[in-house]
Parts: sequence; structure tokens; C-alpha cells
Amino acid sequence: MSQPLVEATIKPDLGRRRLKKLFATQKAAPYLFVLPFVLSVLIFFLYPIISTVIMSFQQIDGPGDVTFIGLKNYRYLLNSHFLNAVWITTKYTFWTILVLIPLPLLLAVLLNSKMTIGKNFFRSAFFMPALTSVIVAGLFFRLAFGEQDTAIVNSILGVFGVKSSVWLQDADKSMLVMVILATWRWLGVNIIYFLSGLQGIPTELYESASIDGASEFEQFRYITLPSLKPVILFVITISIYGGYSMFAESFALWGGARSPGEIGMTIVCYLYQEGFNNNNLGLGSAIGIALLFLVMAVNMAQLWASGFFKKEAN
Amino acid sequence: MHSKIGGKIASLIVFLVLAVVAVFCLAPFFFLIISSLRPGVEMIRNGISLSIDYSALNLKNYWLLVEGKEGVYLFWYMNSVIITVLHTVLSLLLTAMVGYGLAVYEFKGKNIIFMIVLIVMMIPVEILILPLYKLTISMGTINTYLGVILPFVVAPTSIFFFRQYATSLPKELLDAGRIDGCGEFRIFFQIMMPLMLPAFGAMGILQAMASWNSFVWPLIVLRSNEMLTLPIGLQSLLTPYGNNYDLLFPGAVMSVIPIIILFIFNQKAFISGLTVGGVKG
Repeated sequence: MSQPLVEATIKPDLGRRRLKKLFATQKAAPYLFVLPFVLSVLIFFLYPIISTVIMSFQQIDGPGDVTFIGLKNYRYLLNSHFLNAVWITTKYTFWTILVLIPLPLLLAVLLNSKMTIGKNFFRSAFFMPALTSVIVAGLFFRLAFGEQDTAIVNSILGVFGVKSSVWLQDADKSMLVMVILATWRWLGVNIIYFLSGLQGIPTELYESASIDGASEFEQFRYITLPSLKPVILFVITISIYGGYSMFAESFALWGGARSPGEIGMTIVCYLYQEGFNNNNLGLGSAIGIALLFLVMAVNMAQLWASGFFKKEAN
Repeated sequence: MHSKIGGKIASLIVFLVLAVVAVFCLAPFFFLIISSLRPGVEMIRNGISLSIDYSALNLKNYWLLVEGKEGVYLFWYMNSVIITVLHTVLSLLLTAMVGYGLAVYEFKGKNIIFMIVLIVMMIPVEILILPLYKLTISMGTINTYLGVILPFVVAPTSIFFFRQYATSLPKELLDAGRIDGCGEFRIFFQIMMPLMLPAFGAMGILQAMASWNSFVWPLIVLRSNEMLTLPIGLQSLLTPYGNNYDLLFPGAVMSVIPIIILFIFNQKAFISGLTVGGVKG
């Protein structure tokens, strides 16, 4: 009779101790360390991804009012709004890469040169815009590119006899404003990526090259550029992701997801408009999935074209 | 002699190029500050203009931050501070644990988990906002601090960064701690974490900046005016009709100032946080 009673009083204590021991063992500890990530991925990544894939095949008219409609949402994506959004987003990504690779690369080379004066000041100055929120940046550029003759850009152009423009009502001009805004905010960040790449190149390479009589340009062409290739690829990759998921810049410039004639309508703006303004969760999900495939395809193509996979195979 | 002059001219040209770019980068800050000292009506009439009547500048608009719209700006500021602090502290603690676990131990499934970290890093957050919004509603955390913080608190970039940093920690300390009878968690908190302080500094600043400026997700989660964070609150003032500039400009200036101060005193941490996570990996 007394036997179980004793056991019962000892057991909880033993159990707790065993649990504590289990926590502390080398076997269990690593799993506990990575537990926050595993939970977070399951709840806030895997579940949403699955749920958005399912929603993309549905028409959702309310909490209980769901019908399976197959590929209809995806077929609907061939409408002019979405195609326009893909076109605008692609153009934006293309121009930001075209500006935000060579310009920061050149500036990083200049900042890395021994002769340059005031390096630290310039590096900090270039980085400052990256500290601002996109709303603050949008506030400035929206009014600097204001339609009035007195607004900064119009008044500077006026000095050269160029007529004032209504910048944010015209497709090409507003593309220019969006790219300038992106350049302002990201220039310093890319400069820092390139600078850290430049600092990794051994100086002996340049010394022996200049002994062999290579000019500065030849050194840049045959030493600097090839050594920076991984960094350039990295920056292009994150620029493709950043460019294709652009949203806040447009939101800040036009004060919402809508812009006149959809000139600032990016893919994510379209997703936001359909999903949140029009409450069309099915179509919104299909836009998201389409965006995911688009970004991955563009990036794969880019990496393939630059010989990234060939190097892996060797 | 000749080449010396050539070198001087070259470095002068370089200096001029850098100076022009620096003006492009810094001028907006100057105009934001000036605009915050002018009546908002001028902004509607003239846009941000080059001609400035310096004698007419005054601090009146800053008083509106306290008084205007029933002082809602102060709520936005407080919300931003609370969310940023909570997010940063939680995120550092959790991601440092995960990064450390991935770096220090050998265990089954380790490589798969690290692969998943990399995959999550490569999926644009924006495609998840719709399902995450639905999830947040069913969790009952819509329009709350937790709703803003939880989905992104275990940031994969931060895990990656801490993992890179922790691989260089001396493993002998681990064994020494075990011989002294420390459990694995005590080893982490009392021995290893102090050694990882520089990584905490770099990631902390980067996470704080990202959280302070975060836009897309708070825009969706926060619904009522007094719960908004600074970027969302300022955005709500930015109507197509262009009023509210009296409040917008000083509000924008005050929202940028804390980060600039942080940056000026911690430039190295900002930069190492940016680069180690990306290029050197």
C-alpha cells in the first residue's frame, strides 16, 4: 500500500529534474536553441504560404463563402492592369540596376583610392539617406518634383530654358522620379557593399600589375572588376528582389496605392489594391504567387547569364 | 614634376565628383529642415523651392506636434519607440540563440534548418502580406503591438549574421564550461553571449533602424489612428489634396533625428551589420 504513495511523492520531483537535465544535455540543447526559428517558420511562413496557394485557387466572398474556381484567378491575371504592373515594375527594376551598379561602383573605387581627401565624410554623407523612412524620402521628392515653376527641379531646369513639367502625372517622368528616389536611398548602401569587396582585394595584385606596366584602367578592367564579380552578382540579386517588390515608394509619391493612369502601379501595389481595397483575397494571392515565380525566374536567368552555375559545377 | 601636377588635378576632379554626389545626398535633409520652419501653405503654393526667406523661418510648426490633431503625433512617436524597442530586444535574443545553435552544435537536421533560413531570406515578404493578415486577424492581434512584431521577430538575416559570427567563437570555452558543470544554456548566456557583444551591437542597430522605418506590414496591421507608428501616421497625413504640411515636415524631421544620432555615434556598427550578413558569407 505504501509503495505507490512513496513513488507518487518522488516522481514529480524526479520528473522535473529529468526535464531540467534533458534541457541541459548536449543532445537536446541544439534543438531548443533553434526552436524559435522552427516555430516562427511553421506559423509565419509555411502556413501563410500554403494558405495563399490555396486561396489563389478560390473565390472568397466572405468568411464562410468560399468557392473553388481552379485557375480562374491566374487566367484573370492576363488583364491590362496586371500586365501594366509587370511592365512598370520590370522597367523600374531595370533602371534601378542600371544606375545602382555602375554609379556606386565608381564612387566606391574613388573612395577607396589613397589620394582621395575626406573619405570618411563622404562615406557617411552618402549613407545618410538610407537612414530615412521611405515616407520621409517620398515627402521630399514629391514636393521637389512639384508641378509649380518654383519647385526645386522645375526652377533649376528653368534656368536652362526647359519648360516646367507636371512630373507625377506622366508615365516616363514619374518613372524617372521613382528611380531617382531609389538612387537617393540606396546609393550609400551599395557603395558600402562595393567598398567591402574592394578592401578584400590583395594590394600585391595591383603592385605587380603596375610593375608590369598596366595602366590604371587596365588594372580596373583586369583586377578590380573580376574580383568584385561576386559582390556585383549579390547586389544585382538583391536589387531584383527589391525592385520587383517595390511598393512603399509608389505609395509615398502618390499618397496611396492608386496613381493617375496607373503610372506608378507596381505588382505589389496591384496586390494591395485587389487584396485590401477590393477585398479580393483569391486574386490577391494569385498576384503574390505570380510575383514569386517572376522574381525567381528573373534571378535564375540573371545568375545563369552571368555564369554563376557554371562555376558551381566546376 | 609634371606627373605631380597631373595627380593633383586628378584628385581635385575626384573631390569635385564626390562633392556633387554628397550635395545630392544631403540637400534633401537641408530642405526638409527648412520646410519644417515655413508655413505649410507655402509648400502647397510653391512646392519645395530654392528661394528661401530666412527671416521668416520660425519654430511654430513644431508646437503643432504637441497640439495639432489632438496630439496624436506623440502617440505615433510612443508607438514607434515601443515597437522598435520590443522588436529589437526580442529579435536579438531569439536570433542570437538560433544562430549560435546552428554554429556551435552538430545535430541531425542542422543543414536542413540552415537551408530553410536561406530560403526564407530569399522570399519577398510582400507576397505573404495577405495570408499573414488573415492569420493576424484569427490570432486576434490585429491593431496591436504584438501583431506588428511577432511575424518578423525571428529575422532570418539576423540568424545568418549571428551564425557567421558564432562560428569563430573559441570552442574550448564550451568544453571548459561543461567541465565546470554548466548547462548548455548557462554556457550560452554567461560565457558565449558576452563574447558576441559586437554582433549584438551591429545587428541591434540594423534591426532597430529597420523596425523604426518599417512600412508595409504596420500599414496593414495597425488600424486605428492612435495606434499608428510614425511612418504610417505621416503617410496618413500625406493626402492627395496636399494639406497638413504644417505637421508633416516637423514630424518627418523629428522621425529622422534619432536614427541620425544613432548613426553618427555608431557608424562602424552600422556598416559591419550590413556587410557581414551579405557579401562575406
